[in-house]
Amino acid sequence: MDPARKRKIRLVVALGAAVALAAALVYTSFSASTEASKPSQIREGRSYELTGKVVKGSVRHDGDELRFRIRDRDGTTSVPVRYSGVVPDPFREGREVIVSGELRGATFAAERDSLVTKCPSKFTKKET
Amino acid sequence: MAGVGSACLVVALLGAVYAAGASLYGVRAGRAEFVASGRRAIYCMAGLLACAMGLLEAAFLRSDFSFAVVAEASSTDTPTFYKVTAMWATQDGSLLLWAFLLTVFASAVLYVTRRSLRAIAPYATAVLAVVAGFFLLLMVAWENPFSTLTRAPVEGNGLNPLLRHPAMMVHPPLLYTGYVGFSIPFAFAIGALVTRRTGADWIRVTRRFALVAWTFLGAGIMLGALWSYTELGWGGYWAWDPVENASLMPWLVGTAFLHSIMVQEKRGMLKVWNVSLVCGTFALALLGTFLVRSGILDSIHAFGASTIGVQFLTFIALVCVVSVGLIISRLPDLRSEARLDSLLSREAFFLLNNLVLLGLALVIFWGTFFPLISEALTGHKASVGPPWFDRLATPLALVLVLLAGIGPVVAWRRITPRNLRRALLLPLAATGTALLALLALTNAADSPPSLAMFCFVAFVLGVVAQEFWRGARARRVMTGEPLPRALLRLAGRNRRRYGGYLVHAGIAVLFLGVAASSAFVQQRDVRLRPGQSARIGDYRVTYQRATADLGADRAGTGAPISIGAVLRVRKGDERTRMLPARNFYPARDASQGPIGPISQFFEGEANSEVDLRWGLRRDFWTAIRPDTTSLVPIARRLDARLAGAGTEAQARAVAALTEVYRRDPPPAAFRLIVSPLVAWIWIGGGIAVLGALVAMWPSPEARLRRVTSTYAARLGRELSRA
Amino acid sequence: MEFGLAVILLLALVALIVMGPLRRPGQLERRDEARRAELEAAKEAKYREIRDAELDRRMGKLSEADWRATDRELRAEAVEILRELDKLR
Repeated sequence: MDPARKRKIRLVVALGAAVALAAALVYTSFSASTEASKPSQIREGRSYELTGKVVKGSVRHDGDELRFRIRDRDGTTSVPVRYSGVVPDPFREGREVIVSGELRGATFAAERDSLVTKCPSKFTKKET
Repeated sequence: MAGVGSACLVVALLGAVYAAGASLYGVRAGRAEFVASGRRAIYCMAGLLACAMGLLEAAFLRSDFSFAVVAEASSTDTPTFYKVTAMWATQDGSLLLWAFLLTVFASAVLYVTRRSLRAIAPYATAVLAVVAGFFLLLMVAWENPFSTLTRAPVEGNGLNPLLRHPAMMVHPPLLYTGYVGFSIPFAFAIGALVTRRTGADWIRVTRRFALVAWTFLGAGIMLGALWSYTELGWGGYWAWDPVENASLMPWLVGTAFLHSIMVQEKRGMLKVWNVSLVCGTFALALLGTFLVRSGILDSIHAFGASTIGVQFLTFIALVCVVSVGLIISRLPDLRSEARLDSLLSREAFFLLNNLVLLGLALVIFWGTFFPLISEALTGHKASVGPPWFDRLATPLALVLVLLAGIGPVVAWRRITPRNLRRALLLPLAATGTALLALLALTNAADSPPSLAMFCFVAFVLGVVAQEFWRGARARRVMTGEPLPRALLRLAGRNRRRYGGYLVHAGIAVLFLGVAASSAFVQQRDVRLRPGQSARIGDYRVTYQRATADLGADRAGTGAPISIGAVLRVRKGDERTRMLPARNFYPARDASQGPIGPISQFFEGEANSEVDLRWGLRRDFWTAIRPDTTSLVPIARRLDARLAGAGTEAQARAVAALTEVYRRDPPPAAFRLIVSPLVAWIWIGGGIAVLGALVAMWPSPEARLRRVTSTYAARLGRELSRA
Repeated sequence: MEFGLAVILLLALVALIVMGPLRRPGQLERRDEARRAELEAAKEAKYREIRDAELDRRMGKLSEADWRATDRELRAEAVEILRELDKLR
């Protein structure tokens, strides 16, 4: 096999591998992703990544479980959440959180350890 | 003093403009004095920024809360070490750190190249001046670290307790050194492209800077992982969080770059590839810096919408456009000088390694930006989690480790199949033995990917050991030295090669730790009352009693209250005592309404004080989340009753309240984790850093030859003038 | 105004440092010096390649035949560089 043809074959193989990887990327990411949603947008039947603020006064520890209500960042619709697992250190009423899970009945059943709390804004313009 | 600081920044910005202008004018008009003048302007910028840093640190040390950044991140009760490091916990301060590091590195490289690379260096100066100028512009116009508050608060916010960890404070400077370090090869690459001198000269000069940058970036990433493991309450070291990914991507592409430049140096190939890689690494480094502060991706670290996001994005776009434009316009000058002779050559394997590394970087890029991609494509913001990353990254990582084993064995240009077989015999035997041992003695087969990784790691270590052994033996044939001396001399005379082998060994060990601790970790979350026990693996953990300390937390973070537990851990005959705790810091966030002086301790920030027993075979990790909700109403009532009383009475009330907890604690939540071989991640990383140091250390012979040649040149010059 | 005064002083200091070289104009590139530096660097790299190939052969990675061919190529390239260097002297 002359060198030019060898090179062409190598190029084709490499491109083929790249295309295969790209296809794997696209396919697996769209099928395995969870949709980021607000409490007013979720429906029963699929998993979501719920973002919103913890409603004040709604946090309760019930044995192993943490219960709280989560509401739209700019709204009033709120959903009760049942969560077990690690509670991040910054978790507090009024803070923005992200939690994954699905809606069962009226309550959002959260995946274990999926609670993420955003650190309160430190990098906003300071008032002088 | 704040005015002087601002003045330093403004003058430095003007200096950047001058440096770029003078260098460009000097090189195009052929007037060396302007090039020298531009270089000096860079030195001045470094000096000015050093002054600015000094002024800002002084403000932190004396807790001058008229400075906005000091009030934001420090407080009188922050320990001194954290006062110093709090500077880069703020956006403004971290921009200053970046600019300072950049001008220092730029000064170093320009000083070293002041007599060489005379055609390229001025363009590199201009590029570095523009980048530094960008950061200075950000500070001067939008995020000035020297901005003052018209009414200085009496007390600052204090450093976020999560950041009060030595690793966390060293982590940003290390990362920034890495990012900044990659700007040097980038600047010289642009210079090489502009001047069409696309030979290996720009690489030879900047290779060491790229290696230094790679080392610092890698160390910074590892420190971040170490911090996550030892400080956060979840017990893991990597979460595929966008911010973590943002630092890993430039590191991966930088690793590819370090390998492929060797191919260009040896064979004159891959020129287009190299300039593209270095531009990509730099763009990713800027992206990494930007992602942390932008708020465009949901992350634990996302600090909310940033005021400088648009500017960063514009600059990154500019860098990309200029790079791509230059590369395309210079394609004729970037033609390879040689062709790939054989697939069984080091060049081919380096190319393969590059493809895998870039594939990994692409996977991480895709997953990190998926929320934005999916929103653009489908209108819904979706995200992928750690399982997706793990699934795609694992096979790529396996191939990478395998290549790290084969690469050292293959020679440049070509190796005959027979020699290859001979070279691989011993390492494959070692791998086979390891495989049998693992199957027979452990349950490694429960996780096929981990089993594969263990075998590949054994392969890499076998190859590296063989390389050292055969090299030393070859040396001994000639010099008859004793083995230890031969080994040292061998590594000393071939630092790049043997340093590189050490890095491969270190990375292999690191992956050993990662594979073992991911696949075979045991974790339990339990709720225990004092006296109760739980089992995890071979261990039996008993909650003996609660602890409550005031003002004396073990890690020295200045926490006023530290509530924890004494755990007795038994395994067979071994007994240990573990003391996980939770530190409570007074609330400073008055956005939820006024907080009483006693309640503030139970409604402020809290963080975990993890207790960890290191071991070469396994780590035992514990964290506690005590239930203080019962104390909150009592604290509020005490606040109401002691409203007028002095601070001493309030302090006694707080002490009494914590004593109430200690005597009769409600059940507390514990997380117990047994991770096998985690320590080897850090050990492997250390070996890799050591290897990098060996590789970057200048060798004395080369230095001697350089010195004698400069004398010869000087002699020639002076003779011709006489 | 503290800021204004500091700017003026610092600007003056920087200008002083930066003007230094401008008082001693010189040619940008003595072609041969830059070329010499490039050739020296290329020579170093070529020596390293020759040594690496030798090490590979001693360690058995490179067969005798392959090494002889490679060594010959590399040495020829090195001689070229040395010849260029001599031309400059």
